[in-house]
Amino acid sequence: MSPIHDQSYRRYTGTREPRGRSWAVIAWAGIRGMLSKKIFLGLLVVAWIPVLVRAIQIWAVVTYPQAGQLLPVEARMFMQFVEQQSFFVFAITVYVGSGLIASDRRANALQNYLSKPLMRVEYIVGKFAVLASFLVFITLVPGLILIVLQVSFAGNLDFLKANLHVIPAVILASLVRVLVASFAMLALSSLSKSTRYVAILYTGAIFFTESMFGVLRVVTNSTRSAWVSIGGNIEIVTDVMFRQTPRYDTPVIVAVLVLAGLVVLSMSVLERRVRGVEVVS
Amino acid sequence: MTEAPAVILEKVTVEYGRNKALRDVSAVFPKGAVGLLGPNGAGKSTMLKALLGFIPPKSGRLEVLGLNVADRPLEVRARLGYMPESDGHIPGMNAVTFVAYCGQLSGLPKSDAMQRAHEVLYYVGLGEARYRNLETYSTGMKQRIKLAQALVHDPDLLFLDEPTNGMDPKGRDEMLELIRDLAHNKGVNLILSSHLLPDVEYTCDHVVVLDKGAVATHGSIDQLKGPAGRVFEVRVKGEMPPFVAALEAAGLKCHESEEDVMRVFVPGGAATPGADQQRICELAQQVGVQVRHLRASLPSLEDVFAKAIGEP
Repeated sequence: MSPIHDQSYRRYTGTREPRGRSWAVIAWAGIRGMLSKKIFLGLLVVAWIPVLVRAIQIWAVVTYPQAGQLLPVEARMFMQFVEQQSFFVFAITVYVGSGLIASDRRANALQNYLSKPLMRVEYIVGKFAVLASFLVFITLVPGLILIVLQVSFAGNLDFLKANLHVIPAVILASLVRVLVASFAMLALSSLSKSTRYVAILYTGAIFFTESMFGVLRVVTNSTRSAWVSIGGNIEIVTDVMFRQTPRYDTPVIVAVLVLAGLVVLSMSVLERRVRGVEVVS
Repeated sequence: MTEAPAVILEKVTVEYGRNKALRDVSAVFPKGAVGLLGPNGAGKSTMLKALLGFIPPKSGRLEVLGLNVADRPLEVRARLGYMPESDGHIPGMNAVTFVAYCGQLSGLPKSDAMQRAHEVLYYVGLGEARYRNLETYSTGMKQRIKLAQALVHDPDLLFLDEPTNGMDPKGRDEMLELIRDLAHNKGVNLILSSHLLPDVEYTCDHVVVLDKGAVATHGSIDQLKGPAGRVFEVRVKGEMPPFVAALEAAGLKCHESEEDVMRVFVPGGAATPGADQQRICELAQQVGVQVRHLRASLPSLEDVFAKAIGEP
């Protein structure tokens, strides 16, 4: 063997990974990139403060049952926890999601990605996984941890036996928030090259629909128009999942259809916008 | 036995709306280094993007390394390396992370991708700058990083789209040396798309000339440069247009290569030594111009190109 290292070009003789795993490479690179930002780590820590508060609440009620009169631990508490996390879902969606595709478009990176042996859907899934992972980490994961803590602190399954629906409700209510926020943000991110513009667009969409509902509610003196609000639809669906009376008069099926329509619309936007070349007719 | 071609296009038409970027193009790119030559807007980049599967053709068939692009786009891309014309990078990454990332996306295991990233960055001359963020790179360095990301997974065929764009003369020479080395010493097949004739002439063995979305000519550069005819460099004192008209009326073709120097192409087979020069001088005399310089010239790709796209 030559003692001098050859720094010239050499042919590759190693193995290659099976296709279909590129989305994981994209997702992991995105997650690692976000975790290297101190501001974002701070945001994640703050998003877990409500978990700590709820954990203390559960411990206090189990240890001192009279505390349950003031802060009862029931199915509704888990619903309130998931809803409280909506603020952090919004903040992390804006922070992480607005640049996911917009930055690639600004840096002209899409042609780099799509000239590799990966499908467009793999690219989208990879980007989706970045945002969805963080959202799951602040909604579903702590929600399930709180259930486990309740069982652990109580030392029995009485609460779970009486409220078995809480587990699927926490899972589904969290996933609805994750899916709607991730798809909507990815679609908006694919529409622009400016991260800031995408963040404003998403914030505008959330607050505009909320304000529209507020105005219609006053004008019609009814909550049947809650379907115009993204947040309103999520709240209606969450109420049903936790077996609560829906807080608005919009039928549940309408709320489900609106949310499903939003996801489908987002997918359609992504299908059109994520391409290796921009074709201008 | 003849080696299978690298790329085959059969009656390919690509449209952007109503605009036909490629018109019923049929071409064969042999293995080795092939130049895709043409003026801006000729359809070169469109052809490469269609071969990558970015733009589906309206009609026709594209085949890369024996694989149908429409049926097996991922297999095609796994064996291709693409250096795009426009800058493109993944935001927030340094060079070695970016190249390794591209390697992983192309199917290399993580550790192999990182090792190859270091190797190709040294090869393209970015070894010392490999830990710098890509956003801080100069235009020349960005060209090199684009080549590195196209090479990291060791493709069987490289698409290089205007690889010397924006580079200073020294950087350009180095880039051309790299391309030449890849093609002639490292056994990498490549298609070099460029409007710069010297780049193609220096690095490639074959050429396909595109003009207005159609193939104007193709073949090995040596064959194309050596048609049945001779080329002369001519400089005259006097009115140029009548002289050019006289030459063309006599069946000679001419085009300007420098300010006052014209290249005159004399078609036909071998002629008696000095006969062509005498003919040119006679034509000059007829229109009343003085020949100040007349020298036999080796035909360049520029002549082939000009002839192919019908430039005077």
